Amino acid sequence: MISVIQEIVSAGLLIAGTFLLLVAAIGIVRMPDIFLRMSAASKASSLGAGCVLLAVAVSAADIAITVRAVAGVLFLFLTAPVASHMIGRAAYMIGVPLWKGMVIDELKGHYDTRRHTLSGIDGASRRAQRGTGPLGEVRDAGR
Amino acid sequence: MVQTIALWVVLPLLSIAVALPVIRLVRGPSLPDRVVALDVMGTIAIAIFATYALINRKPAFLDAALVVGLIGFIGTIAFAYYTERRI
Repeated sequence: MISVIQEIVSAGLLIAGTFLLLVAAIGIVRMPDIFLRMSAASKASSLGAGCVLLAVAVSAADIAITVRAVAGVLFLFLTAPVASHMIGRAAYMIGVPLWKGMVIDELKGHYDTRRHTLSGIDGASRRAQRGTGPLGEVRDAGR
Repeated sequence: MVQTIALWVVLPLLSIAVALPVIRLVRGPSLPDRVVALDVMGTIAIAIFATYALINRKPAFLDAALVVGLIGFIGTIAFAYYTERRI
C-alpha cells in the first residue's frame, strides 16, 4: 500500500517537473526579450528541477538519497534567484534593447552606470553624500 | 511503474527540453541571452541526472547533479560580473 502511494506520488512529481522544464525551454526560445525570457526560464526551471529531485527522494525512501535531493532543492531555490537577478542587472546595465511592445521603463535614468548603483535612492549614495563609510565612520572629512 | 515512466516519457521530453535552448545559444543577440540559455540547460541537466539516478538506482548521480548546479551558478555569477564591468 505504502509503495503504491510512493509510486503514484513520485510519478506525478516527475511528470509535473518535466512539464515545467519543457515550458521553460520553450519560453527561452519563443519570448521576445531577455527579461521576458528570464521571467519564463528562471522560475519554471527551478521549480521543475525541484519537482524532479523531490520525485527521486520520494521514490527512493532512503535517508542518504533524500538528504542529497533535499540539499539539491534548497541549493537550487537559493541560487537561481540570485543568479537571474545578477544577469538581469548586468543586461540592463549594458543596455540590452527592451521589447518594443513595452509600455513603461520605470528604471530609465535611475541607474548610475559609472558607479553601478541606483542613483539617489540607495545606501551607498546616501553615505557618499554624508561622507561616511558603510559602518558609519567618517571618511575623507578634510574635503 | 515510476521507472518505466521515467525511462519512456520523462527522459525523451527532457532531451527535447535540453536541446531547445541551443537555438537561443546560437541565435541570441546579446551575451546575457546566451548566459541565460546556458543556465537553463544546466538546470535541465540536473533534472536529467536525477532521473538517471532514479532509473538505475545509482545515488552517485545525485552528487553529480549537485556539482553541475554549483558550477552553473558560479559560471552565471562570473559572466554577470564580466558583462557588467566590461564597459
